[in-house]
Formats: sequence, C-alpha cells, structure tokens
Amino acid sequence: MNAHEASATQRFIDVDVHVPAPSVHQLAPYLSSYWNDYIDAAGFRGSMALNYAYPPNAVTTGAERSGSTVGEHLALIRRHCLADSANARAIVSVYYGVEAMGSPDFSSALSRALNDWLLAEYVGADDRLCASIVVPPQYPELAGEEIERLGGTERVVQVSLPARSAKPYGNRTYYAMLAAAERHRLTVGIQFGGMSWVPSTPCGWTNFYIEDYAGMSHVVQAQLASLIIEGSFSKFPDLRVALLETGWTWLPWFMWRMDKEWKGIWREVPWVNEPPSMYIRRHVKFSIQPIDAPAGGQDVLTTIEQIGSEDVLMFASDFPHIQGSDPWELMSRLPPPLREKVAYRNAAACYRAE
Amino acid sequence: MRVVVGRVADFNAGDRVIIHVGERSIGVFRVHGSFYAIRNRCPHAGGPLCLGRVQPAIESPAPGTVEYVPDKTLLACPWHGWEYDLATGQSYTTPKLRVRHYPVSIECADETGSPVLPDVISRMEGERHPRLVEGPYKAETFPVSVEQEFIFVDIPGG
Repeated sequence: MNAHEASATQRFIDVDVHVPAPSVHQLAPYLSSYWNDYIDAAGFRGSMALNYAYPPNAVTTGAERSGSTVGEHLALIRRHCLADSANARAIVSVYYGVEAMGSPDFSSALSRALNDWLLAEYVGADDRLCASIVVPPQYPELAGEEIERLGGTERVVQVSLPARSAKPYGNRTYYAMLAAAERHRLTVGIQFGGMSWVPSTPCGWTNFYIEDYAGMSHVVQAQLASLIIEGSFSKFPDLRVALLETGWTWLPWFMWRMDKEWKGIWREVPWVNEPPSMYIRRHVKFSIQPIDAPAGGQDVLTTIEQIGSEDVLMFASDFPHIQGSDPWELMSRLPPPLREKVAYRNAAACYRAE
Repeated sequence: MRVVVGRVADFNAGDRVIIHVGERSIGVFRVHGSFYAIRNRCPHAGGPLCLGRVQPAIESPAPGTVEYVPDKTLLACPWHGWEYDLATGQSYTTPKLRVRHYPVSIECADETGSPVLPDVISRMEGERHPRLVEGPYKAETFPVSVEQEFIFVDIPGG
C-alpha cells in the first residue's frame, strides 16, 4: 500500500514533516530592523549547527526531495505527505540549530522569527498543517516565554526540542519550559539531531557520521530516562512528550530494565510512584519512522506486543528524510484496529489538534 | 511460649537481635519506642530477612519533596530487596502489570489474512497506582511485650 492508496481508505495524521531552513533573506521580514542590521553587520548566514545533524549531500538527508522554494516544498508536502487528501493532517517543523547559539537574545529573536515564518508561509497556506515551534532550550525561561507567546495560537501543537541537549530534559532547570508547555497543552517533541556543544555519545565525540546517526537512540534513551526518573510526569501530570525520528524498537528492553531497577532502588526517587514503563505508556508517544527493522517483518508485531500498548505509536513520513524503511508498508501489516490508532487516533490523543 | 529476649535498658532504639527458638530464627527490632519481632526468613526465596536494612516508609508527591509515612517501617531483605512492614509482615511492591502473554504467531490471522495481535495489548492497565501496594508475600511476625524491665516474644507452639 502506498500513500495514495492509503489515503483513499483512511484518515491519517503525519506527525513528523520537515521543511528546509529559511535563508536569512527569507527570515528578514519576520525580524526587527535591529536584528536585520545585526545579521548584516556580522555576515551571519545561519546557525553553524544547521548542517551538523543532516549533512546536505548525505542520502538520509533527502535534500533532492525538498523544494528549493517554500512554494515548491509546500507542493511536495501536499503530494507526498498529505496525499492530496482532505482527510490528512501533518505537523511541520523547521530545524535551525538555535540550541547551538550562545546569545540568549539572538537565539530567542531567531526562534520568534522562525515560528512566525513557519506559521505564515506553511501553516497559514494550508489548514491541514499544524506547527511544531522552535525555542532556545539552553535558556528555559526564554523558551517558556516563546511558548507563552504562541501557546494559544490555533494549530500550534508542539514544541520542538533537539535530542542532543547540554543537560537531559528532565533536569529541574527546564521547569519553566516544561511548565509552559503543559499549561498550553503543547506536546514536547524531542527530535533527532541537535548540537549543544557536548559530546554526541555518553563516552565522547564521534568521528564519523554513521556513529552519530546510529548513536542518536542512546541519546534519546537518556532523555526519556531523565524525564521519567527526575519526576517530570509527577511534577507536570498533563505533560505529553513525543519522540520523533528517534526509533522505538528499543522500547521493550528499555522498559524492562527501568522497571526492574526501579523495584530495588526506588528509594532515591520516591516521586516515581509507579513502574517507569507506565509513565511511558501514559505520557509518551513515538513516531514510527525510522522503524529500525524490516517494515514487513514479524519482528515489528512482536515488538509492539512487548511494548504492551497499542497507544504509543504514531504514523510519520519523516519527509523528506530517507530512512530505508517504508512506514506505509508497516501500516499495511497492522491489524485494522491498531492501524487506525497508529494512523490518527494516537496522534489525536497526543496533540491538541483536531 | 514466651521467650525472654533481654532487658529493655540494654535495647536501644535502632538495635536488633536475632534469637533462635527451636527451628526458628527470629529478629527482634526496636524502632524508636516500639518493638517488633519478625521471622528471619524471607518468604520470597528464603533469605536472611532480619539482616536487612530497616528504613521508614516514604512517599513523595513531587520531585524534591519526601515525606515519611507515619507508623510504617520497612525491613528490606538483603538478597533481593523485598520490603516488609515490620509491624505486620506485609510485603510491599510494585503493582503487578495485569498483562497476560501469548505466543505471537504468524498463523493468527483474521479473514482478510492480516495477522491478529493477541488480546493482551488492549488489557493494559492505565490507572495510577500508589507507591505502596501490598505484595504477594507475608513474613511471619510475633507479638512483643514489655513487662517491668524485660522484653518478651510470644512464639506459637511449645
């Protein structure tokens, strides 16, 4: 089954669609004259982290599938992600690398401009699109302010956070940001990538792209462990988190190990009131792409059973990235009730979108 | 049968002693002003329960806040960490996830030929469980009394 066949038979929400970063010229209308002067005087061409996680010519980046203008890219999204269907929805995000920028004011100004640009040029152009907004996580209070600014805006549904942060996201220094997200019922979307000036693995810097790429799952496991064990879901009981483009087939062993350790050494973190896996099933959802397994194999069904919930997976194309697995093929393998959940019901529960 | 454990004056808060009566090994504990006696055998796998750590039961409504649960002291078996209320012997544990397991088989198919996942997934419990949930084990406890200056333990049988 491909996208077009699928769309004829069902409703779906694509929770992970990427748009190319705008040039400084494209951003200029959304920045104040002060910042435009600053950009001009500094010769700023974009965050230095822009191409770090996605080298432009790497096959996985899928650059040749992207449009070279907003109009072109929007047309591609309509064709490939929305399948020209009125029943489809997609959540779009733009990565710019603001987390790698030291200036609190410049990173905040760029975040605001990027969000206004995304809302005007993509979300405003097609009411099937919803926005995941950019914030500077290295300044949680400022991130919170941007969430306050846009949290009430229609079709703003998620806060994008890069997987690689200077401290894991359960750390209490992020409370201002998490509180704002909970208050406005925005999902915290942790996405593949990021550049926060800390080593890309728990044991130091990588030298080669494949290490970085495959190693991202270690990074997000640490983020998930932090959110659970630091008690983010006890402190913010309505907080919803999505892990996007981070893989999910590692969940069974992760849940099992966390639950096992918690039984014996819970006393250090008594605010974790129940097995860690229960927090995952209640508060966290995962986009299905990349699958990290053959899409058509029995292994995938076994993994879903081991996760012990039908409610954690959400359909995503991860357009335009090329991951080597076809999410539509996975969908066709699922029994119909589960397929419907993955296609849109789980995303509808995760996001405050319709 | 009443067994003398010792003098109250010799038994300070935080002390414990293990006594042997016939086949039984029994730990006697003083926690603040109260005395407890519990069988020195963990119902889980037979470990030396009374050699374990004694700690107050605690709860936490939010990160950074820890509260003692009044009148509840837990003894943790040194072998696998099973915790028991010193007063009642009741074990406390994680809530059992009520999930049955079925073998996954490609032969399970509905009429369209799609594989059918076992029913187990839709039965996953979603409610919150409080931290202290009664577990499956109960350690044997014995009444302790203090008369004049002596501590006594009541042991069933002759």
